[in-house]
Formats: sequence, C-alpha cells, structure tokens
Amino acid sequence: MADTAVLAAQAAASADKARPGDAALAARLDVLTLPEGGFTRAAREDAAQRLQAMGLPGPRDEYWRYTDPALFNAARPEAAEIAGDSSTLFTEIERLNLVFVDGRFDAAASDKLEGEGVEIENLASAEGRADHWAAGLYGRLEAAGQQPVKRPFAVLNTLTASDGVLIRVTGRIGRPVHITYHRSAVDADVSLHHVVKLEEGAELTLLETGAIGARSNVVLEVEVGKGARFHHVSAKRANDPKLGIGHIFARVESEALFKSFALTVNGRMMRNEAVIDIAGDDAIAHIAAAVLGDGDTGRFHHDDTVFIIHGAERCESRQVFKKVLKNSAEGVFQGKILVKPGAQKTDGYQISQGLLLDEGSQFLAKPELEIYADDVKCSHGSTTGALDETALFYLRSRGVPKERAIVLLVLSFLADALEEIEDERLRDDILGRLEDWLTQRAGNQGKA
Amino acid sequence: MLEIKNLHVKLEDEDKQILKGVDLTVPAGEVHAIMGPNGSGKSTLSYVLSGRDGYEVTDGAARLGGQDLLEMEPEQRASAGLFLAFQYPVEIPGVGNLTFLRTAANAQRKARGEPELSAADFLKLIREKAKTLKIDSEMLKRSVNVGFSGGEKKRNEILQMAVLEPRMCILDETDSGLDVDAMRLVADGVNALRSPDRAFLVITHYQRLLDHIRPDVVHIMANGRIVRTGGPELALEVEQNGYGDLLAEVG
Ligand SMILES: Nc1ncnc2c1ncn2[C@@H]1O[C@H](COP(=O)(O)OP(=O)(O)OP(=O)(O)O)[C@@H](O)[C@H]1O
Ligand SMILES: [Mg+2]
Repeated sequence: MADTAVLAAQAAASADKARPGDAALAARLDVLTLPEGGFTRAAREDAAQRLQAMGLPGPRDEYWRYTDPALFNAARPEAAEIAGDSSTLFTEIERLNLVFVDGRFDAAASDKLEGEGVEIENLASAEGRADHWAAGLYGRLEAAGQQPVKRPFAVLNTLTASDGVLIRVTGRIGRPVHITYHRSAVDADVSLHHVVKLEEGAELTLLETGAIGARSNVVLEVEVGKGARFHHVSAKRANDPKLGIGHIFARVESEALFKSFALTVNGRMMRNEAVIDIAGDDAIAHIAAAVLGDGDTGRFHHDDTVFIIHGAERCESRQVFKKVLKNSAEGVFQGKILVKPGAQKTDGYQISQGLLLDEGSQFLAKPELEIYADDVKCSHGSTTGALDETALFYLRSRGVPKERAIVLLVLSFLADALEEIEDERLRDDILGRLEDWLTQRAGNQGKA
Repeated sequence: MLEIKNLHVKLEDEDKQILKGVDLTVPAGEVHAIMGPNGSGKSTLSYVLSGRDGYEVTDGAARLGGQDLLEMEPEQRASAGLFLAFQYPVEIPGVGNLTFLRTAANAQRKARGEPELSAADFLKLIREKAKTLKIDSEMLKRSVNVGFSGGEKKRNEILQMAVLEPRMCILDETDSGLDVDAMRLVADGVNALRSPDRAFLVITHYQRLLDHIRPDVVHIMANGRIVRTGGPELALEVEQNGYGDLLAEVG
C-alpha cells in the first residue's frame, strides 16, 4: 500500500510548479488512514498514482468553472448541524434495507444480506479477501471514466473509500435494495464506494435515501450486463446542510437498460457527475434529476455534470434535468453527449431547465454534442425562466390560492424528470414528499 | 350583483389609459351583453374585475354583492363567486384538468367554510357536467387545455363554470372560434345556469350567440367607456350597421 505520508510530502514538495489543488491534496492525504491489503489494494495503489499526477481541481479548471471546488478540497469539512429525520421515503415498500451510519455499515440495523439471485456484502467486510468478483470493477470503471476530463474526487474516493456495498445480481431480485444513510457525528467526512454488477438478464432497483455526512464523497460503479435492467432512485434527505460530491460510472451492455433518477431538496453544495458508457448495441440509458433549492438556509449550489458515451449502434440516451431555484440559489448543468464513429442510429436527447422563483437565483447550462457518426438523431435544449404568470393568474382566477398554485406549477415543471422513475410506487412516494415539502414551504412563506 | 362605477384603469408600466370611466350595473338574475370594437377595453375590464396584474385602477370602484372587488386577491374574488371565461384560455402543461378543477372547487369551498367534495363525489359531478357539454373523459385526464382545439378550450371554460357554480359569470368572447353546434352547447350550458341568484356579463362581437342566450340588456363599449345601453335590439343594430353610426351619434 502506498504510504500516504510520503504522498502528502510529495504533493507538498512540488511547490515550484505548484498546481492549484496541491496544497489541498497534501492536506487531505495527510489525515488519511488507508485499509490494509485486500482485493481493492491494486486499485487503491493505482488511484494514488493517478491522483498524484492529476492533483485536485482548482478554480481555474474549465470543468470547475461554475462550481468552486474549495469546500471539497478542504482537509476537513465544517461541522454541519444534523437535520431532524422525518424521512419515510420508500419505507412502505417491501425492500432489502442496508443502513450506513456516518459512512459505516450497520449490520444490526440492516436486513439480512441475502436474497434470491443476489449477492450482497459491504465493502469493509469483504475487501480483506484477495479474490472477489468486484476486483474487476472496483476503481476500474472509475478509471475508465476519466474522460473527457479528469475527475480527481472520484480517484480520491477509490483511494480512500472506507465502506460501501457490493451487489452482484444474477436473477430478478423481487424487491429493491435500499441504502439508508444516517448521520450521527456533526463533522463526519464520509467516503463510500458502491459496486453493482448485473449479470446477463438480471434486474435490480437500487434506492438511496438519507443524509450521508457533513461532507460526502460517493462513487457508484455499475455494470449492466447484456439485457439486464438497472433502476436507481436516490433522494437525499431534505434540508440537511450537506456538502456532497457523487459520481456514477456505468457501463451498459447490449440490450440493457440503465435508469437513474436523483432528487435533491435543499442542502448546501452538491456536485453529481455521471459517466455512462453505452457499450453494447440496442441499449438504453436515462439519467434525470429534480432539484429544489431554496437558499434561505444558507447558500445553495447544485451542479450536475454528465457525460454520455455512445459507442454502439441503435442506442438511446436521455437526460432530463430540472432545477427550481430561489433565494440566490445556483443551479448548474453541464451535459455532453459523445457519439463515437460507428455508433449509427443513435438517439440522444438532453433537456436542462431552470425555474427561477426570484431574480437573485441563477441557472447555468452548458450542453455539448460531439458526433462522429452520420446517421444519428441528437437533440438538446436548455431553458431558464420564471413562473408563468399567465398560468398562475389562470389558476388563481379559479380560486386556487397563490401558494397552492405555485406548488402545482412547480410540480408540473418537474413532471418530466419524475416521469423517468418507472416504478409508480416509487414515483408517487417521491411526488408526495415533494408536495409536502413545497406546501410546508409555501405555508411558512405565507406567515413570514 | 355587479356594480362598476366610474372605473378608470391604466397600464401599470405604461402611461396608457385603457378604461376611462366605466359605469355598469348588472342585477342578479339578469344577462347583460357587452359589444364594442376591437381594442375598446372589453377584455381589460374583465381582467381588472378578476384581479390580473399589470393594471392600475386610478379611479372608481367595482363591487360584487356589495363587497369591494378591487381590494381582493384573484382567488378571493373567485371564492366570492366571480368567474371569468377567458378570451384565450391558458394551457398549463403538467397540471391535469381533473386535479386542477378539484383543487379549485375545494379551495373555494374551503374559503367559504363549506365541506370539501370527496374524490368520488367530485368525479360524479364533473362527469355529469362534462357529458352535457359533450366533453369526453379522455380530455379531462389531459393537462389543462394542452392539445385542446380552440373550441374545446372554450367548452372547457364553460365546464369549469358549471362545476364551480359562480354567481357572477363573465364570458369574454366564449363564442368566437366555435362551430354552430358547439355554440349551441355553450349557450345551453349558460342557459342551464341562469337563475334569479346569478348574473351574466357576456362579451361578444356577434348577434348569433345572443340569439341563443337572450340578453336583458346590451351595452356598447368604445374607447374605454360604455357609450350606449339598450335592449336586445341594440345588438341587431350593430349586426346590421356596424359601429360607425352608433359611435357617430355618441360623438
Ligand atoms: N398588457 C397590455 N399591454 C399593452 N397594451 C394593452 C395591454 N392590455 C390591453 N392593452 C391595450 O388596451 C386596449 C384594450 O384592449 P382589450 O384587450 O381590453 O380590448 P378588447 O375590447 O377586448 O378587444 P377585442 O375585441 O379585440 O378582444 C388595446 O389597445 C390593447 O392593445
Ligand atoms: Mg378582448
């Protein structure tokens, strides 16, 4: 295992050609303790080398143009108050629940790690083994996803992750696997690394809810085998003053389906990156997010940065990102579709929209298309706008109170993103949660 | 029911006076029609009465059943029994017609201290009303006015009116864009709602609608004022001679 003290010293020593993130990196590595050996060892060592070479991002990095990496770079997170836990999302649904507290798997609070057609372990318990099915994926999809730009925080995660889940699905597991996060320490700095592998024809729904840490860095690596179907719905806890960076690295094989939806309701600063490599013919990959940011609890900044690679024929990709912003909240979307030579009959779609509920908020979008095949259909669109005053008046003229009318219009703005959740029970649960939150907010405002 | 006195209205952001002293009283149980050239201020009057932003009342008053309308929020006016069938009904993608109408109906009931309708009762009510207006249930499931034809939108306005049962109904050119049969349906819808406790103000350009909905009084609006008031024969006069002679008379 690479000695982190040495790494830190090296990072600090290259002062003459110092890169912006070097001091930050040295400080991060300085406080690091790495697990001993195991099947992740090679990947972690490789990550150490790569991170050394690329450094952490600085404010001048093009890829970090709209989001300041300083808080992610810092050696320690600031303590962040723990929001009351009223989360009841998905609890009515028959599921396999896995609990993490401050980034550690809590076996006692979790369901038994067993089910028909599925192998589940937590990383910390499994990684002592030298041989493991996840050895071929841990840090490998992440490394393959270091394009078209460097994603140092994902590398840092591969290097430092303390725990996570490893799921291998061979059949159709009848119930979703639900990862529930809890916080107990106000300053927990959490690094989790999940690896999911769906074998040919397998099916899995993965749910994530809760609050991970004062600062979190989560990587999810997913391989969706031929004809397999993967559904992912994540909804981090509302109002938690979180600072989070997340990466999804997916490889989607032929005729497979990948669908990921994320809900964010307030928080502080979040950046979600996704690299989806559509590697087999006739595959489908959708990624969507609904974000509600009200800067009233402090600064709100939310960045989605997506890279979709079409490397095969007749594949479909769809990106739907909707952000509702208020009180100087900032929303960012950077989305790129790459269609490689030979990826004929690609159908790529991307929409990003910001709904600004006041003048101080802003939505920044940077859509990109890079196409090297001639028989493809790709479209992208981005809009930023305020609430439709005419629609608002129409609703009010029928007797719908203003606050309620705004809730209806916000929900209608988000509808296309929510539509990306296939399972109706999950969608209704999310919708109910959103509606409650918006209504409660509207009520508070009415009183203010 | 509706009393408008010396109403002066200008645009909020522009120095443009649109209503220049409108006087109009519509007693309960009556149907009044307003006709008048394009741009004379008919829609503006209906918007100001229902509380749309963008206008500034510089003088005058408007009361509904004795209550000061101009002091109220749009939703309060609706709960007080005012309804405007829009000249251009608004499309609201993502909000279902049924959800919209049920939210509106129950919000009004709540504001008036009446019990809310259960989902089942509401569905029964709306199905029955939709049937008489020949609006099929598939349309009810769609987003508000999205993908509706011009005529369907107008019928949807009348459906809302039938469900909400307001006491003061303003119809702004509900007849324009309707085919002959749809016009008859709309007129039947309005006639079915006529009652001693309810009043109508029907804005129209054509005598045809007034053949079906017999007005008690016809007003002519021009240049931000009511310039003539008379019986149904006034509408016939407009139909035959246009506004030229009428306005020349007024000077
Ligand atoms: N928001 C606005 N901005 C600018 N001008 C306006 C606005 N609202 C109304 N007007 C102007 O006020 C005048 C009256 O308009 P209004 O729509 O009330 O007329 P109308 O009598 O309903 O006409 P029509 O018969 O064509 O429907 C017109 O000159 C119109 O251009
Ligand atoms: Mg008009």
